[in-house]
Amino acid sequence: MSNDNKQNQGEAGDVLLEMRDIRIEGFSDEKWNPIIKGMDLTLHRGEVLGLIGESGAGKSTLGLAGMGFTQPGCRITSGSIMFDGIDLVKATETEKRALWGSRVAYVAQSAAASFNPAHRLIDQTVEATVAHGLQAEAAAKDDARQLYSALTLPFPETIGERYPHQVSGGQLQRVMTAMAMSPRPDLIVFDEPTTALDVTTQVEVLLSMRKIVEEFNTAAIYITHDLAVVAQMADTIKVLRYGKEVEESPAREMLTAPKEEYTKSLWSVRALHKEAQPSDDIVLSIDGVDAAYGRGLKVLHDVNIKVPRGRTVSIVGESGSGKSTTARVITGLLPPMAGQVTFNGEALPPQLKGRSKEQLRKIQMIYQMADTAMNPRQTVGEIIGRPLEFYHGLKGAAREKRVLELLEMIELDETFYDRLPSEMSGGQKQRICIARALAAEPEVIICDEVTSALDQIVQEGILKLLMKLQEKHGITYLFITHDIATVEAISDEIVVMYMGEVVEQGIKDEIMTAPYPAYTELLLSSVPEMDPDWLTNLAENRGETA
Amino acid sequence: MNLIVQTILKRLALGVVTLFFVSLVIFSAIQFLPGDFGEAVLGQAATEETVAAFRRELGLDVPAWQRYLDWVGAVATGDFGTSFSGRASSGVDRSRPVMELIAPRLENTLFLASITAMVAVPLALFLGITAALWRNSIYDRVVNAMTLTSISFPEFFVAYILILFSALWWGLPTLANITEGMPFWEKVHKSLLPSMTLTLVIVAHMMRMTRAAIINLLASPYIEMARLKGQSRIRVIMRHALPNAWAPIATVIAFNLAYLVVGVVVVEVVFVYPGVGQLMVDAVASRDIPVVQGCAMIFAATYILLNLTADIIGIVTNPRLLHPK
Amino acid sequence: MTETNTYSAASEVASTITRRTRWERMKITLSKAPLTAWFGMIVIVFYLFVALFAQWLAPHGEADNSFAAYLPWGEAGHVFGTDQIGRDVFSRLIYGAQNTIGIALATTFLSFMIGGTLGLAASIRGGWTDQILSRIVDVLMAIPSLIFALMLLSVFGSTAGSLIIIIALLDSTRVFRITRSVAVNVVVMDYVEAARLRGEGLGWVMRREILPNIMPPLVAEFGLRFSFVFLTIASLSFLGVGLQPPTADWGSMVRESASLMQFVQYDLKSGLTPLLPAGAIALITVAVNYVVDWFLHMTSGLKD
Repeated sequence: MSNDNKQNQGEAGDVLLEMRDIRIEGFSDEKWNPIIKGMDLTLHRGEVLGLIGESGAGKSTLGLAGMGFTQPGCRITSGSIMFDGIDLVKATETEKRALWGSRVAYVAQSAAASFNPAHRLIDQTVEATVAHGLQAEAAAKDDARQLYSALTLPFPETIGERYPHQVSGGQLQRVMTAMAMSPRPDLIVFDEPTTALDVTTQVEVLLSMRKIVEEFNTAAIYITHDLAVVAQMADTIKVLRYGKEVEESPAREMLTAPKEEYTKSLWSVRALHKEAQPSDDIVLSIDGVDAAYGRGLKVLHDVNIKVPRGRTVSIVGESGSGKSTTARVITGLLPPMAGQVTFNGEALPPQLKGRSKEQLRKIQMIYQMADTAMNPRQTVGEIIGRPLEFYHGLKGAAREKRVLELLEMIELDETFYDRLPSEMSGGQKQRICIARALAAEPEVIICDEVTSALDQIVQEGILKLLMKLQEKHGITYLFITHDIATVEAISDEIVVMYMGEVVEQGIKDEIMTAPYPAYTELLLSSVPEMDPDWLTNLAENRGETA
Repeated sequence: MNLIVQTILKRLALGVVTLFFVSLVIFSAIQFLPGDFGEAVLGQAATEETVAAFRRELGLDVPAWQRYLDWVGAVATGDFGTSFSGRASSGVDRSRPVMELIAPRLENTLFLASITAMVAVPLALFLGITAALWRNSIYDRVVNAMTLTSISFPEFFVAYILILFSALWWGLPTLANITEGMPFWEKVHKSLLPSMTLTLVIVAHMMRMTRAAIINLLASPYIEMARLKGQSRIRVIMRHALPNAWAPIATVIAFNLAYLVVGVVVVEVVFVYPGVGQLMVDAVASRDIPVVQGCAMIFAATYILLNLTADIIGIVTNPRLLHPK
Repeated sequence: MTETNTYSAASEVASTITRRTRWERMKITLSKAPLTAWFGMIVIVFYLFVALFAQWLAPHGEADNSFAAYLPWGEAGHVFGTDQIGRDVFSRLIYGAQNTIGIALATTFLSFMIGGTLGLAASIRGGWTDQILSRIVDVLMAIPSLIFALMLLSVFGSTAGSLIIIIALLDSTRVFRITRSVAVNVVVMDYVEAARLRGEGLGWVMRREILPNIMPPLVAEFGLRFSFVFLTIASLSFLGVGLQPPTADWGSMVRESASLMQFVQYDLKSGLTPLLPAGAIALITVAVNYVVDWFLHMTSGLKD
């Protein structure tokens, strides 16, 4: 593949991007709030810099600033951004536009939203290259097809003729990478490109991205919140928190010997571990369940799950595996076509309507998105208080007292009593949802991806809380997730699901050691690990040429 | 391409079904007339025999469903029955078929609507699109305030203001009494004021809706992506926004043309323009039910047809349907 | 590996908005309102005042036709002269406020009761209920409302009662649509499902979970519906099939004095008479639209 149209053949190792004391503010809640509070960033040619931090740390804003782009509602208040000698802060819109899509390119988080539904993929891939006069259209299209092939897209010769809605998410992400590569830019900014993808798809995309960046010696800024992913992709890692830099080191050094407390705490998240304790006392049993939505395809096939009392059973699988559907069957929202759900030895009525208050009380559910799980117009006191009133008949002072007890159980204080959901952080909101479930004094709590939307450190806190509550009150958890690390941390037993079937079920230790059925193997091995060589080793093992 | 044809056919079928139900509604209106209307209509000519004959003529002595089928059959052949007016005079039935009354009026109304649309649509689109592009500029704010004001005015208010200006300064004809044999440009001249009134009302609505649709479109992530690829403003608009804009704009136009159909009624009355609107109002005042039904049917059919057209344009410009998986 | 406890739940970074009291919030939003909104609010308050106290404000009776006909403006204590059968125009304008606004408000409330309840029911129950109601509404909306109103009025006659019921029924279709569309977004929220899983009844869910969360768009819609209903009633009266004399109604006042327009070149003031009720109509609808526009702008929170 030709590299001829590289505008500025500088020496590898030269400084490409230099940002000094950058301060950026964003307009929200009727005033300007600082997002980036004085940061420095140096990037050399061909270097991959990983920007890591929790959401709200300012990673995207910083990455876009590296291109000289500010989102609507943001402004750069001070500092300098020098891109290969060009001052991006002072440059005019026209000058910056000459850079965008030719020397600097951007790969967004959501590929599906970033493509124009009215145009073919290949036209959009070469659009910038042709518009900037870097290549003639025919030559650019040929090059694009070669890029598709290098990115291991299926049918590289013809996939460009398709429209965005005709290809899958993972494929679109790779096309977007090809689109960024087409003008052979000096710098690509990758903004959380694999966050929205399944674990197994992510591996393919990561491999392709890394290969192509290496081949063309492109510099890259790789933004993510996933530590293991950044370990695979970056040469240097910079940790951000609250708009300021915490630490920056070469990747291997940082992974083995982080210096700052915060960095260390990010790493240690994955150390949470529970000893598996098997038990035969079954509290909840799902037997031979088939289910379908309306008259459509069956989504669950002969599902059998046994949940022991006071233990944690994790149901793990990717999107479409049927995990959430199983939860709906258990709660009565989706009556099964065949089979039944047994609770404490009694068969549960298949429909929600047919169940008694007591039956409903004993099985509670916590949702993934705490934002939508709570009525935005109710205070914490009302949210937690309602189940107390509804199930236990508590009112007035007795109710208030119990709410405060519950708040203490979830490690929050009484100042939260009058707060609205919008006045709390993600982790605090999820704790309130936990308290709401606890208020009913249930025997089983179904946790539907409850930590998936939270940052690493917050996840740790929630998981620890759940374990503590289980120890104290003997609650049984049915934990639905797609994150293997969480499963490893908290489960006693594991159920692996794929395409509506139970692939494997058993005690954690048994499941997590070889030999595995094919799918479990695929799933477990696709989870990125902290070892920088993990991706390379995986690629070799799977027989793909790196 | 098959998917598109299928979707269009489904939509057409839906339109026909809607028309059927609408006709049911319009037909059943006559059932609610108070019992003594026979006498009221025939007036002096009301004797027991004539009233009975009248009721028989209206089919009020046969079961409702049969009446409806007869009516639908008649309507399909263009026979809307005969008007109630003209029956009362000294025993001679001078009532005319409703169709005969409506046809020339329909032609006039369509003429007025057409010359209005030809001016209003391009003007509104131009104002709406430019306002969206230069959002929050002085131009946008002024246009916004002006249109917000004018959509709040009743049509007759606008009409009388224009008549006032015309009487004081412009000297345009305030009575738009066009007749059949009139030369084209004279017709246009007489229709200027009513057309201007309608234009002012329609442009305001259409412009606001277009502006909202374009702003909505410009907020899409792929528009930002195009900017990040260094595309110039013109290119972003022409290549990225426009192809996705046809459907929302077509919907806006069809919706407002349907609105035009309604606005026409008041304007025709103010300017005494001999169109279907004025005919209907007169018929309502004199409770001439067959004429009212006929006019209602025509208005409803036009409305349904326009919405159908908007939906179909939306279908044929939808890339997901043009290129199915 | 040692666990570093640099984290505690309560000290998480939250967007701690100190909640202001309702009064404070109102003061702040009012202070940022644009001129048009202020204009609108003042006009609305003024109109409501006139409508409420018409009996005390009007110098003469509504149907008191004891004066000479067609008196010019300002003659014999008649600020705007008299109409074609000798009634004081000024007084009739004032009573017109009471009649027209009163009927329009009643109609809007009624249409919200009908359309709102049905819209909520359709969004919650879904399935057949939703399908049937939506199809019925589609058919009813396929006939332009002015035309439909004309047709129904020709059958049922034009009394205040029939006007209110007919227009409320026709307008409730729009209210149904918007209630349903905003409620449907709320119904799929997890907190509604959580309430149902708890075992809460339909009424509770509707009142406590859904309704409070759909109020802003509904309030805006109330304003828009009111101005639409107002214009429709005025237009119908203008066409002669709305409120009947001797009730003072702005629409029919326009019709009655329309002929005076012909002579505007000779007697400017008298010629302007039809513009008085027409302008009164225009002013209130403009005012309501300005306020609703501002309200929508505030609640949609569009970032410019």
